[in-house]
Amino acid sequence: MTDTFMLDGKKIRFREGQTVMTAAIDAGIYIPRLCFHPEFKPHGSCKLCTVKINERRVSSCTTPAAKGMVVESDTHEINDERRMLLEMLFVEGNHFCPSCEQSGNCQLQATAYELGMTSSRFDQFFPNRAVDASHPDYLLDFNRCILCSLCVQASRDVDGKSVFAFSMRGIHTRLIVNAGSGLLADTRFDGKDRAANICPVGVIIKKRSGFKVPIGQRRYDTMSVSSPEK
Amino acid sequence: MNKPAKARIASTSLAGCFGCHTSFLDMDERLLDLIGQVEFDRSPFTDIKHCGPCDIGIIEGGVCNAENVHVLREFRANCRILVAIGACAINGGLPALRNHLSVSSILEAVYRTDMIPNDPELPLLLDKVYPLHEVVRIDCFIPGCPPSSDTIWKVLTDLLAGRQPELSSRQIRYD
Repeated sequence: MTDTFMLDGKKIRFREGQTVMTAAIDAGIYIPRLCFHPEFKPHGSCKLCTVKINERRVSSCTTPAAKGMVVESDTHEINDERRMLLEMLFVEGNHFCPSCEQSGNCQLQATAYELGMTSSRFDQFFPNRAVDASHPDYLLDFNRCILCSLCVQASRDVDGKSVFAFSMRGIHTRLIVNAGSGLLADTRFDGKDRAANICPVGVIIKKRSGFKVPIGQRRYDTMSVSSPEK
Repeated sequence: MNKPAKARIASTSLAGCFGCHTSFLDMDERLLDLIGQVEFDRSPFTDIKHCGPCDIGIIEGGVCNAENVHVLREFRANCRILVAIGACAINGGLPALRNHLSVSSILEAVYRTDMIPNDPELPLLLDKVYPLHEVVRIDCFIPGCPPSSDTIWKVLTDLLAGRQPELSSRQIRYD
């Protein structure tokens, strides 16, 4: 037997062990998200999936679904807060979409479209971050990193290589490559790794494949990020 | 009977490529509709040199030098509604790729130390390329590189009808 909870006035069925996020996905309801990936343990860090339960804001990807709970997600108030989080992510890095190979396939960009972001209210940081083009087949453009940690998890938990890691704390947190030189070429990173194909933005980019699919014909040019996966 | 007064529109490109203006012209025959409703003040379409009082100002490109700051402030002082159009106006865009370099290192790399242009006619470069809203208040943003003419048309028709422009997620593009 399955229990239910209410999400924006709709009855959602869930199984034992499901979170608000996974139950919503199974019900075909979109909750904005960036660091959540169904293959990996959720850690609730991007806060895009924040919902309101009993007047408290919680990450829906880490909150266990419970019988009878009343969840607010797609409301003006919460979407405005999500838009603010997106605006912060955009100014914190260097997100120049027109010159990014990931444009049109980027979850950050598609989520910002979905939530109607036309600009950021904040000042740009314009951080100075170097590109690592040392690897023969892949390049790393750290300017676009949103610290979702999916590459860190994939490389550690699936590939067993721990190629990526986070360094420093708070606003200084950054993605690093686990090699004495700090360069991708000096790791066991391979194009067949799960980590090579997990980045939701444009950090991990395959070389010599740029613009094979023209802008305008890419994933989120033809569907919205909120469309059900299947 | 008096015809209703036409809305006055000014537009300019600061640190931009005129791609947004080109996309504006892509609205094709809708330009005829538009010209029935508006008159152009300062704009690349008129070659008027200074912006007078206007209902709508549309600015493409970011702010990269002292002249851009003067022009932007002139627009802000004269336009009731100021619109930032395109990636460069909104986040600095391509010209802002210089922002992690010092101006002196760029000038020396391009002109060598003994050949840096120093004519008083030339506007001084700013330390960085800035989005418009970091220099003056902006009322409305049209993202895209360039935004499609449909998106520009939607915002203009909303503004001319006195509505707060609203773009659907399909009309918002950053590339």
